[in-house]
Amino acid sequence: MGYEFDFSAVLTDQYIGWLLSGIRITLMLSAGAWLLSFAVGTALAVLRATNFKPAVWLVATFVEIHQNIPLLVQVLFWYFAMPEILPEAWRDWLNQNNSEFILAMIAIAMCHAAYISEALRSGLRAVPVTQYEAGRSFGFSYLQTMSYIVVPQALRLSIPPLVNHSLLLFKNTSIAMAIGVHELTYQTRQIDSDTFRTFEIFLVATILYILMSFVIMAAGNLAERRFGMGAR
Amino acid sequence: MISFENVNKWYGPELQVLNDVTAEVNKGEVVVLCGPSGSGKTTLIRTINRLEPINSGKITVNGQETHAKSANVNRLRREIGFVFQQFNLFPHMSVMDNITLAPRKLKGMSRPEAEEKALKLLARVGLEEKAGAYPSQLSGGQSQRVAIARSLAMDPPIILFDEPTSALDPEMVGEVLAVIKGLAHTGITMMCVTHEMGFARDVADRVWFLDKGVLLEDAKPGEFFSNPKHPRAQRFLADLRH
Ligand SMILES: Nc1ncnc2c1ncn2[C@@H]1O[C@H](COP(=O)(O)OP(=O)(O)OP(=O)(O)O)[C@@H](O)[C@H]1O
Ligand SMILES: [Mg+2]
Repeated sequence: MGYEFDFSAVLTDQYIGWLLSGIRITLMLSAGAWLLSFAVGTALAVLRATNFKPAVWLVATFVEIHQNIPLLVQVLFWYFAMPEILPEAWRDWLNQNNSEFILAMIAIAMCHAAYISEALRSGLRAVPVTQYEAGRSFGFSYLQTMSYIVVPQALRLSIPPLVNHSLLLFKNTSIAMAIGVHELTYQTRQIDSDTFRTFEIFLVATILYILMSFVIMAAGNLAERRFGMGAR
Repeated sequence: MISFENVNKWYGPELQVLNDVTAEVNKGEVVVLCGPSGSGKTTLIRTINRLEPINSGKITVNGQETHAKSANVNRLRREIGFVFQQFNLFPHMSVMDNITLAPRKLKGMSRPEAEEKALKLLARVGLEEKAGAYPSQLSGGQSQRVAIARSLAMDPPIILFDEPTSALDPEMVGEVLAVIKGLAHTGITMMCVTHEMGFARDVADRVWFLDKGVLLEDAKPGEFFSNPKHPRAQRFLADLRH
């Protein structure tokens, strides 16, 4: 006996089209969630660095919640529960504008913002306080000093963990299929149920994910060489 | 230009680092601040731009009470250059960006204008060719000269130095002191913590001697070096000569 591989069944023009559209959505979801998670993660880390008690508590709570609840649950929560408490106008807008994509993006971004803020927190602690003082001594405000001097250094110091989190975020976009986002894993499942060529199509999807991960890792290496604090 | 009136500062309930300091620096003057290690020199110079808070007394810079609650500390600091012992250049930026950051962001200067000014300042400290370098590529002496140029980019009427040469290898002390000497008596008001007594003798209008937080001497350099009034100052000078 033995399994007869037949890739021609899954690599027809139609299915290649589905895969490409899945890749497009996966990349869009990754890019959107990545940008949002870095913006929110940086804001959280800076907020925490104020050492202002309520801010520290707020950020710590945000981080705990997002790190301890499964991402799938968070995605389902954003998709099924959040719209209920939104104003009607927002809900209508979401429904007309691809709500599953937007809510999946927000859910993934918020979860990873928690991890990114933690990675940046160690980076921020590694920036000598004298750098902060030098910034303030020119007359820069707290926020100016953070954004021109301290955060850029913390980001550079945190490149390795930030690259890891970026990879993880990219892989986690597959969870969005649970609420019907037509990303790569969703399309793979569709082709599978059309053709019953489970092994072949998942092998193809695996290779596609690995290739894209390689690109992210290569970009990370480049960033480390170009911007890493040991670079010069 | 800078005046201290009965300034007191404690670290915790036990350690009084500044003890009733009253003194004045006139516009355009060069004051050298010296004293034994731990006497409060760094603390005193850092109270001027409010990097350190004080517990009582009054510090006035250019007519403004700097520790008043109503004082706009960020505006005040733009007028006061501060040069640190450890240079504190921004390691993620080129020399050019180190120098242009503050004028661009705080004074709204355009990039070309700020860069032109930076090149002039670099020429003044003898480092035109280092504009594109990064701080990790500079020697200690070069770093400190860039740090001085960076402070001057804001055209501060006052510049403060906290032991600008004590983190340097001996062969680099001269180049930095030469730059500071070149600044003296050009109209800028200068205060410099240093143990370089030759520099104090040549450049200072007055020498302040601080001991255990008390300002024991405020004298012309000639007077201070030949005839220090206080026995502690005498001992300090004798120790330095060994
Ligand atoms: N943040 C701080 N907390 C507690 N004590 C401090 C702090 N900073 C300085 N001190 C103490 O205050 C005293 C004065 O310190 P300061 O740094 O002003 O002295 P200094 O004259 O500059 O000494 P040096 O010549 O070693 O630089 C010292 O006894 C020092 O240990
Ligand atoms: Mg000191």
